[in-house]
Amino acid sequence: MSQVRSQDWLSKVRAMVGQEALPPQTAADPVNLPMIRRWCEAMGDRTPAFLDEQAAVRSGRASVVAPPAMLFAWTMSHFSPDGEREGGTLLGLDLVDAAGFTSVVATNVEEEYFRELRCGDLITQRVTLDGISDEKKTGLGVGHFVTYRYEFSDQRGELVGRTIFRVLKFRPPAKAKEAAPVAADAPRAAKASPPRPPMTKDGEFFWAGFVERKLLVRQCGQCGRLHHPPGPMCPECNSLEWTPRECSGRGTIHSFVVMHQPQIPGHQYPLPVALIDLEEGARIVANLQGIAPDKVRIGLPVEVQYVEYEKDFVLPAFRERRTG
Amino acid sequence: MASAMTYDGVQAGQQLPGLDIPITASLIVAGAIATGDYSLVHHDKAHAQAAGTPDIFMNILTSNGLVQRFVNDWAGPAARIRSVKLRLGAPNFPGDTMKLAGTVKGKEVVGPDKLVDVAVSGTNSLGEHVTATVRVALP
Repeated sequence: MSQVRSQDWLSKVRAMVGQEALPPQTAADPVNLPMIRRWCEAMGDRTPAFLDEQAAVRSGRASVVAPPAMLFAWTMSHFSPDGEREGGTLLGLDLVDAAGFTSVVATNVEEEYFRELRCGDLITQRVTLDGISDEKKTGLGVGHFVTYRYEFSDQRGELVGRTIFRVLKFRPPAKAKEAAPVAADAPRAAKASPPRPPMTKDGEFFWAGFVERKLLVRQCGQCGRLHHPPGPMCPECNSLEWTPRECSGRGTIHSFVVMHQPQIPGHQYPLPVALIDLEEGARIVANLQGIAPDKVRIGLPVEVQYVEYEKDFVLPAFRERRTG
Repeated sequence: MASAMTYDGVQAGQQLPGLDIPITASLIVAGAIATGDYSLVHHDKAHAQAAGTPDIFMNILTSNGLVQRFVNDWAGPAARIRSVKLRLGAPNFPGDTMKLAGTVKGKEVVGPDKLVDVAVSGTNSLGEHVTATVRVALP
């Protein structure tokens, strides 16, 4: 590659410095004891305040706290059986890959913890591209250091931690040329955004509810019947009166299809889409997530989770229910 | 945890008790799962070899976790880690041992916080796996 062309891609990446590198991602689960326990077991960390409520109080805390080094773990993306990354490549990495620097290894982590996290805290991650180095000769080969800045906030929007994450993107050694590019340590999170649903006056509240992490269904103000999709009039008693009813998010699969085509950006295919009977009685359509297509069955208990693509764009996706 | 550290009881130059961590495939995989990192090179040996490394290797978030556990072991239950700066070098492969060593670099009082900086290094048979500075608040 000529020097001119190589600088061409590099200046493109540099022009994106400061931009959002992935859509914001909110943790699938709040900070919780089971994940803390698994982490402490793996690391051999026996700090009592991480697992024992009374010990936490004795050490001057209000309750159990998560190990600070778990900061990154809450928003990491989910397991996928084929090892494929779930959506979202960090901004700029495709250009670095295209320039031939296809291998990745994490080199630096710098973290600041502004407060200890407690069980129940719900963490949202935002990441921006922070910079890219000139070409460097390293022990692994020729490459560029690419730096990302992660900010983690809690359910109140307060910043709880910050991470500078640096990876070396390098040209793989010749013998490993055939190997697929691997992300040695690049953190994985978030998804590309699918198109936004069409907004109508009747349906607006339904979509807006997800931003508040609420599943709202239209309830007739006269006969109390829930009906969905939302329309201007109750199909039962013809009343125009209505209120939004917050549902628990629990339900069972009434029926489903597995979508292969057409493939819409922002979703992973094959994509199971289900008709879900909510326990309150309404029936809604939603994507399933974290359930292999061949594991989906009618009657499967599911619960809602919320996938944040942008601060004001959140969609529901149902997963297999593990409790209750 | 032998005895808990206090700010007044800690001096620059003080050494932390060393810690040897046997690097096993199980530790690498358990660490990868605990930190939510399902990249193939941290659990799939065949894939790691196809990508040009001799075996699976530890992910950076596990190295971070082990470094902080090492500091927590020494500092005691009331310590609170405030920040870390960590750099990785030689990979941790199964069958190796990482020797963690630490030295108190300095201390300062910032507002209500009594902060101690600990320099940590973890070496294996290939060289320096990790160097880090951990800032911890002590009672």
